[in-house]
Amino acid sequence: MTLDLARWQFGITTVYHFILVPITIGLAGFVALMQTRWVKTGDPEYLRMTRFWGKILLINFALGVATGIVQEFQFGMAWSEYSRFVGDIFGAPLAMEALIAFFIESTFLGLWIFGWDRMPARLHLATIWLVFIGTMISAYFILAANAWMQYPVGAKFNEATGRAELDSFFDVITSKTALYAFGHTITAAIATAGALIVGISAWKRFRTPDRDTTFFTRSLKWGLRGTLVAALATTIVGHFFAQWMTKVQPMKMAAAEALYETTDGAGLSLFAWGGLESTPNDLKINIEIPRLLSFMATDSFSGEVRGINDLQAEYEKRYGPGNYVPVLAVTYWSFRTMMTMAFYLIVMSLVGLFMLRRGRAPGKIFTAAAVFGIFAPLIANSAGWLFTEMGRQPWVVQGLLKTADGVSPLGAGTIWTSITGFTLLYAALAVAELFLILKAVRHGPDPAPEPIGTTPHGEHLLPTLGY
Amino acid sequence: MTLVNLWFVLIGVLFTGYLVLEGFDFGVGMLIHPAGRTLEERRQVLRTIGPVWDGNEVWLLTAGGSIFAAFPEWYATLFSGYYLALFAILMCLIVRVMAIEYRNKHDGEAWRRRWDIGIAVTSALPAFLWGVAFANIVGGSPLNDKGVYVGGFWDLIHPYAVLGGLVTLLLFALHGAHYLALRATGPVRERANRIAARLWLPTLVVVAAFAVWTLAEAQTLRVVAVVGAAVAALALISVFPMQRAGREGWAFGLTSLTIGGAMIMLWATLFPNAMVSSNGAATNLTLVDAASTHTTLVVMTVVAAIMTPIVLLYQAWTYWVFRARVTAAPDEEPKLAVSWLSRTPKGER
Repeated sequence: MTLDLARWQFGITTVYHFILVPITIGLAGFVALMQTRWVKTGDPEYLRMTRFWGKILLINFALGVATGIVQEFQFGMAWSEYSRFVGDIFGAPLAMEALIAFFIESTFLGLWIFGWDRMPARLHLATIWLVFIGTMISAYFILAANAWMQYPVGAKFNEATGRAELDSFFDVITSKTALYAFGHTITAAIATAGALIVGISAWKRFRTPDRDTTFFTRSLKWGLRGTLVAALATTIVGHFFAQWMTKVQPMKMAAAEALYETTDGAGLSLFAWGGLESTPNDLKINIEIPRLLSFMATDSFSGEVRGINDLQAEYEKRYGPGNYVPVLAVTYWSFRTMMTMAFYLIVMSLVGLFMLRRGRAPGKIFTAAAVFGIFAPLIANSAGWLFTEMGRQPWVVQGLLKTADGVSPLGAGTIWTSITGFTLLYAALAVAELFLILKAVRHGPDPAPEPIGTTPHGEHLLPTLGY
Repeated sequence: MTLVNLWFVLIGVLFTGYLVLEGFDFGVGMLIHPAGRTLEERRQVLRTIGPVWDGNEVWLLTAGGSIFAAFPEWYATLFSGYYLALFAILMCLIVRVMAIEYRNKHDGEAWRRRWDIGIAVTSALPAFLWGVAFANIVGGSPLNDKGVYVGGFWDLIHPYAVLGGLVTLLLFALHGAHYLALRATGPVRERANRIAARLWLPTLVVVAAFAVWTLAEAQTLRVVAVVGAAVAALALISVFPMQRAGREGWAFGLTSLTIGGAMIMLWATLFPNAMVSSNGAATNLTLVDAASTHTTLVVMTVVAAIMTPIVLLYQAWTYWVFRARVTAAPDEEPKLAVSWLSRTPKGER
């Protein structure tokens, strides 16, 4: 019971946190670019874009920061045995994330919000770039920590203490899994923010076509271009990431494809059904494109892809009796959900760009598609994490520590208390965030602000975005 | 000094940084109603910490991450053991972030009043609970021979721990009042000074009682602990004449020093343990037993040696940029703080 509750709690708090994080990372990048354009061209429209999308960034950032505090401590709280086992390796990137990235993000975000009237434009511009860089450094360290759980390199197991010990920190933070995960995640974050900009801009263009027309047409173009490039990049990096995982976490990828038998020239499954058990013994329905999976996984139409049954037998030999197969319905469908959403974004942004090129405004259908497009990447991001974490089960650290052995020795009542508290609070805060974002969207962008002072060089100082 | 001891000191420094910085944030939050009578005045109160509170809170995340990296056993025992207390702190910190940031993003009166109450409660409660937590770490809580906490939530609440909670509660309120007096103008500043004057004596009494109790119960009485207690006591006593003389900066500096002295006392008393057990010294969780391997500590030391000075520099720079007193109306504040990279606008060159 404690184990299940602890897993649910980790899942709920982390998936929730990761709805916010990609928006923050990506939007910080967009806002930094918009402000750069404004500083370079002096075009007040870019200033308005910076401040409008900046406000949405701030509403979202606050909730990301708030829910991020839990992340730093919940390993120790609910996963103390895991923490004891991995602390020697896993703690360092977490500490560095705080020391290197969180300080940059928080300090320079404060300077960006409240610094509009205290520093010249170019110095102020540097603060938002530092925020964006901070969010990326943060992403890197936490992904490196997670990558080590997927692919534990740079460490050895100490029989005497029963713990994993650091061998080479360099190997940990430069593992291929970490690098792929970083590329995959950052591009996904940019696509996420791009789709948010697209959805809101299309909505505004459609609902109030005469208000802020230039503003939202330009925002729409920025959002569409960003989403297209980033979603394509996410998919391409994702492809190579999957090939790499086929090598180092073959069970996860076999589970993603519901491939039972090791096959030469395996087909890519489009729709499979094996009943309602968590790990069915075989598939009842399986529609597939012949040989495509082998090509995707091995670059050869006749390449061998290892199947679940083989791997299960091999793991039993290596790790002792047990079930080493993840919950197939989750891995199979989360993987497909993620990819479907990515393709949705690519198609949506292509259609949108084509529409803009023809000089047409968003109509009812495109607007509806773009508003759904706000949620598509959020669904994709959550599905991606569900896949990568559920696909590693029963391990919490692949091949070294099982999830069941990582949980804290706590009573179920204790975790019931916190899981209820966090869930209710997070739900309430989601309502508050949505309320503020909708309000900001309905209100629309403010006119370009009047300067309230000048530097000795005669450069204008603007009112802050603070309170 | 061994790396293990170095990291014990560094984590003490990180927590001191956290308590000094977020200490005044908590204080300002607790005093939002007595210091700010109207919604506008409360906005002024919040603007004094607006640009800096988030950076202050990162000291906690860094301290937490560093305990994980340098002393995994300590991290695991402490946070799983004090689970519900930490859960309460986390809930408060979350609501507090949202309250500070969301309060002024919508101008409904009821909206703002509710968030203001939220700020007051979620500043006071963690301020109290941190004192409880530190008192338990140093004073002892039930651990078994594997260094695992075996008590429940109520085992953390006992007279010494409550006294510790009162110390942080009152000391942070006083510290926050000094910060507010130093950073605000007008009625808010005057009220903050009055509140500070009233808080001084009760704070002195609980801090003195806590120091005496801590030193009297210490398993080994260390000179450093006594020095820390003396520094804290002297600093807190000197607050009074400084308040009287209207030296707001000095008063603030002295409460910072009090927090620092108290932390030195606690950390010196705790050494060489990470957590003291109330089930006898044999079950104490020692630093050496809790520590990571030498390899990890070396990596962490290199990164900390490079990054800490940089962080201190830019954080100090932020305080310098926002050094002007915060007035009731934002537009009356003196503006330009730094003119690096300034240039003549394009059209006018």
